[in-house]
Amino acid sequence: MDRRILKILLKKEVALMKRNAIIPRLIVVMPILVMLIIPFVTTLDVKNVGVAVVDNDHTQLSRRIIADMDASEHLSVVGCHFSYDEALRQIEEGDADAIVTIPEDYLNDLTNGNKPEMDLKANGVNATKGMLGAQYATMSIANTILRWQEEQGVSLSQHDVSTINLYNRHLDFRIYMIPALIVVLLIIICGFLPALNLVSEKESGTIEAMNVTPVGRLEFVLSKLIPYWVVGIIVVTVGILIGWLVYGLVPEGSVLDVYLAAILFSLVMSSLGVFIANMSATILQSIFTMFAFIIVFQLMSGLFTPIASMPQWAQCITYAIPPRYFIEIMRSVYLKGASISDLWGQYAALAGFALLLCLVAAKTYRKRV
Amino acid sequence: MMDKDTVISVKDLTKKFGNFTAVNNITLQVRRGEIFGFLGANGAGKTTAMRMLCGLSYPTSGSGTVAGYDISRDAEEIKRHIGYMSQKFSLYENLTVWENLNLFATIYGMPSIKIREEIDKAFETLGMKDLRNVLVKEIPLGWKQKLAFTAATLHVPDIVFLDEPTGGVDPATRRKFWEMIYRASSDGMTIFITTHYLDEAEYCHRISIMVDGTIKALDSPEGLKQKYHADTMDEVFRIVAKDAQRFD
Repeated sequence: MDRRILKILLKKEVALMKRNAIIPRLIVVMPILVMLIIPFVTTLDVKNVGVAVVDNDHTQLSRRIIADMDASEHLSVVGCHFSYDEALRQIEEGDADAIVTIPEDYLNDLTNGNKPEMDLKANGVNATKGMLGAQYATMSIANTILRWQEEQGVSLSQHDVSTINLYNRHLDFRIYMIPALIVVLLIIICGFLPALNLVSEKESGTIEAMNVTPVGRLEFVLSKLIPYWVVGIIVVTVGILIGWLVYGLVPEGSVLDVYLAAILFSLVMSSLGVFIANMSATILQSIFTMFAFIIVFQLMSGLFTPIASMPQWAQCITYAIPPRYFIEIMRSVYLKGASISDLWGQYAALAGFALLLCLVAAKTYRKRV
Repeated sequence: MMDKDTVISVKDLTKKFGNFTAVNNITLQVRRGEIFGFLGANGAGKTTAMRMLCGLSYPTSGSGTVAGYDISRDAEEIKRHIGYMSQKFSLYENLTVWENLNLFATIYGMPSIKIREEIDKAFETLGMKDLRNVLVKEIPLGWKQKLAFTAATLHVPDIVFLDEPTGGVDPATRRKFWEMIYRASSDGMTIFITTHYLDEAEYCHRISIMVDGTIKALDSPEGLKQKYHADTMDEVFRIVAKDAQRFD
C-alpha cells in the first residue's frame, strides 16, 4: 500500500466533502433532529391507562387498592362499578382500557391463606396500551398489598406478582430507543454516503480518470471508507451528547466501548455502501439497492421488535445481519453497563463482518471491464 | 516484430459485447515519438480500441503490448507509462486547477518538488497562472481541455492517448491545442489521437481509418492520398468509409 497516494486521495475526499453544500451540514443536523424528535414521537410508553374497577369486596383493602391505582402515574381509575357488564360498557365506549375485578371476600381469603384470584381484563384493540396497562395495574396492586401487610403487621397469602422490568423499570421507551436511534443514524449515513459518493464518480466520469492511472484498488477503496469512520464518530458523538443533555441518558458502561462498536459498525456500513456502488452503474440503482438492505437491517435486527419474538427461521437469519450485534452492544452497554468482556462475541462478529465486507468492497472494485 | 522503437503493437485485437463486435481483429504498430491519428466515424470502435490499449477494458481476443507491457496481463504496468485524456471531461469539478494536477501527478509517483516545478512550468507556458486556485467547474471549456491535457502529460508518459480532445472547441483553441501536442511530441512522448477533424489528420505522422470495427487503411497522410488518388484527407476518408454500416 502506498501511503502517499492514500494521503492525497483522502485530501481529495475531504476537499470535495467540504465544498459540498449539503453533506457536511447533513452529517451534523440530521443526527440532532432525529435525536430530538424521534424519541418523543415513537414512544410506546403509555400513560393514563383507564381502569374500570368492579369492587365486590368492599373492604378497606379493596378501597386502598383502588385509591393507589388512581394515584399511580400511569393509571387512572375511570369508574367503580357493581357489575362486570357496567365496566365492560365503559370499555366499549372507549373510556376504559382495562377492567380490574376484585372478588368477594378478597381480604378474607388473603388473610385465611387462600389464594383469591383478582381478575384483570385488558382491551386488546390497542394491544400495547392494554398489555402495559394490565402490567402496571398488577404492579400497583402488588405494591398495595405489600404495604398493607407491613402497615397492619399481618402476613397474607402469597400474591402472584407479574413481570418486573429490570434496567428500564417503567419500560420507558425513550431509554430503549436512544441507543437504537444512534444505530439507525449510522446505518443511513455511513451506508448511503459512500455509495452515493462512489457512484457519482461513475456518473461524472472521474472514476475513469482514476482507473486509467496506476492508483491501487486498496488505496482507492480505503479513501472511500476512512472518511466515513470520522463521519461515524461525529454522528455517534452527537447522539451520545443529545442522549445525555436532553434525555439525561448516559451509558451505564464505558463510552469507549460504544465508540469501538461504532467504529467497527461504520466500517461495516461504508464497506457495504462501496460494494453496492461497485455493483451499480447509476445513482438510482445504488439508492434502490441500499434501501432494500436498510429495510431488512431496520426491521430484522431487533431495532423495533425483539429478535426473541421472531419465528425460529427468522432468528437464524438475524445472525447474518450486522446491525443485530451493534444493537445488542449498544443496549447492553447503555442500559446494563456491560463491557467488552461480556460482549466479546458481538464485537468479534462485528469485526468479522467489517473485515469481510472491506475485502469484498476492495475485490469488487474493478479498474477494468 | 517488437523492437525498441515500437511502443504500441497489437495483433488481431477484438472486443465483443454480446453479439456485437465493437472492435474486429485490428492489427497495428505505433513507433516511438510518432503522432498517430486514429480516425473513424462515430461508432466505428475507436474509443473501445483505445480503452483496451489503456487497460480500461479487457480484450475478448487478440494480443499486444503497450509501452513494452502485455495488454492482457500487465494493464496496471501499462498505466504507469501512459497518459489518457477521455472524450468526456473527467477532472474533479470541485477541486481547484492546482489540486487536480497535484492529485494525478502524485498518483503517478512524481516527487513533490518536481510536481511543484512542473505545474509552475505548465502554468507559465499555458498562461494560466491566474487559474491556479480556481475551481475547475468555473473555468471555460477551452481551458478545461488544456488542463486535461496537462493532467495527462505532466508525468511525461511514454504514450499519451487522446480521445477526441478537440471536440466542441473553437478553431483558435484547436490550433493552440495542437501546439501543445507538438510540444509533447518533441519532448519524446508518443501521441495516439482520435479525431473527427480531417484537417487535424494532416498534422499526424501516420493515420489509420477504422470502419465498422476494422482498420480499413493505415499509412501516412501523403501515402493515403496517393493510394486513393485524392487531394485531401476529407476525400480519402469518404472513399474508405463509403461502405460503413455503423454510424450514429
